[in-house]
Amino acid sequence: MSTATTPSAAEAELAVQARQAQAKSDGYWAGVWKRVRRDPVTILCASILLLMLLAIVFAPLLAPHDPYQGSMIRRLRAIGTPNYPLGTDELGRDILTRLLYGGRLSWFMGITPVVFAFIIGTTLGVTAGYVGGKVNMAIMRVTDVFYAFPSVLLAVAISGALGAGIFNAILALTLVFIPQIIRVAESVTQGVRSLDFVDAARASGASGFTIVRVHVLGNVLGPIFVYATSLISVCMIIASGLSFLGLGTKPPEPEWGLMLNTLRTAIYVQPWVAVLPGACIFVTSICFNLLADGLRQAMDVKG
Amino acid sequence: MILYLLRRVLYAIPIALAVGFVCFMLVQIAPGDPINAIVPPDAPADVVEQVKKDYGLDKPLPAQFGLWLYKVVQGDLGRSLATGRPVWSDLSTAIGNTLMLAFCASTLGFLLGCILGGLAGTFRGSVLDRGAVGLAVAGVSVPHYWLGMVMVVIFSVQLNWLPAMGAGPGGSSDWAWDWDHVKHLVLPMVTLSVIPMGIVTRTVRGLVAEIMNQEFITALRGKGMTRGAIFLHVVKNAAPNALAVMGLQLGYLMGGSILVETVFSWPGTGLLLNSAIFQRDLPVLQGTILVLAMFFVALNLIVDLMQTALDPRIKRA
Repeated sequence: MSTATTPSAAEAELAVQARQAQAKSDGYWAGVWKRVRRDPVTILCASILLLMLLAIVFAPLLAPHDPYQGSMIRRLRAIGTPNYPLGTDELGRDILTRLLYGGRLSWFMGITPVVFAFIIGTTLGVTAGYVGGKVNMAIMRVTDVFYAFPSVLLAVAISGALGAGIFNAILALTLVFIPQIIRVAESVTQGVRSLDFVDAARASGASGFTIVRVHVLGNVLGPIFVYATSLISVCMIIASGLSFLGLGTKPPEPEWGLMLNTLRTAIYVQPWVAVLPGACIFVTSICFNLLADGLRQAMDVKG
Repeated sequence: MILYLLRRVLYAIPIALAVGFVCFMLVQIAPGDPINAIVPPDAPADVVEQVKKDYGLDKPLPAQFGLWLYKVVQGDLGRSLATGRPVWSDLSTAIGNTLMLAFCASTLGFLLGCILGGLAGTFRGSVLDRGAVGLAVAGVSVPHYWLGMVMVVIFSVQLNWLPAMGAGPGGSSDWAWDWDHVKHLVLPMVTLSVIPMGIVTRTVRGLVAEIMNQEFITALRGKGMTRGAIFLHVVKNAAPNALAVMGLQLGYLMGGSILVETVFSWPGTGLLLNSAIFQRDLPVLQGTILVLAMFFVALNLIVDLMQTALDPRIKRA
């Protein structure tokens, strides 16, 4: 700091400090929001996702037909058929209606496993990273084993053994993502643990639980959260992939992956109708991916 | 370094055993009695009892695992419920087809990714960079099974250029390197290559940009070295990491090709798994998963060893 020789210089110094304090009091999240607002790609993706979310939440109001009611006389109509703007499927059900309703299950199965894995993985990873020693050893070696499977293979293996069903698919996907989150949580926790303020808290007599709750979690949740957001895109692709394989959702439930599977035989009759559900998965997944990238940059998370 | 290599090889053994245990547990977590994985559900009761005794299913779980492991090590993966043939006989041809598809796809993806990532990293911030990054994001976000269907729609249904299904004319599964066979490979290979393409592009772009910012590059430039010679320096520095990513991608593709193989009816492990799931043929499911996972463990080991050998900066004790 420069030495203040005259009273006016000291006043100027104080004013600068006050302004800096003002800027700081806006808080971390205000800064993040400011950076997100300046990033058109992130805003665009967030808007598309918000629109999709609204569309699937209000599917009963928006959908022109019943998602289960088909008709043998109007099977596999083309895109642009009057009354059926996106055509009909192999059982004569309206594609637009089923896409709207199908988004509910696809989104649910794309997000739920990541939420569960985030909760469980963070708990285990932070424990392993903070406690260290034998606890770390036990948790991380088990993680290594699950890491030794490619994620699609592990998901197919577990839900293949358990059998088809939404619950089994969510269980399998949660198990796939827990080790990945544990690894990230453990490494960021280890980074924070060695910082001075944690030592200071320990020296002042804070218990381990308090240190984790007050000093560690606040610093590690951000990076773990950003990593978890980037997993939603992968999770959605694998979840729909499980349904596509006949695991996961069962017919006649509308779900994008399952719709893609049942429409597969129709690619010679109505090719462009048959690929519509996959386009929905693609758009959702790419938006979540870009959103996660934008968040990472705005929150200044490395890696 | 020798010590590190030895330790890394030894560490792979408990991992392989644990992976084997997870595969063993697959049959245990399946609903119903594990005996259903060996005999069809409509078998008479005395046959079931006899088989239980033969397979040691009346023994405690650790003993069962030991017995199972003993058989697996000898190459006995059990018999398929659907066909009655040994699991290994179908699996051995399928794994060859999957390996070939995964290898071709990851090579293609690696080449494309290196070109795109190299250009993007060199001309950072340009239109070229943005295009490459966009392609990379699309590559990792696309549901590849859907991309396969779109490929079939465009190149098989609309244009009629390439076949949509199988690995050879007339549904034969004997491979040969002639055009009749290769044209069956094109669509699944391109479809599967988009994932490594995306990931390698991102990695190489980051690596090249980081290396170009380092002082030794400025020094080489100052010395008056030509662009081509500097390029060689960049390649040398980026190669170990890029190759490691490529190696792991080959492994991910072996697992991930399940869905793409289903789309193209490619006679590999994916198709085998798909029919096993459909018929609830647990021995085939277990055997296939085990073999694929072991390939992945071995690949991880090889990649680690190669990276250590290639990069003199990594000195691990």
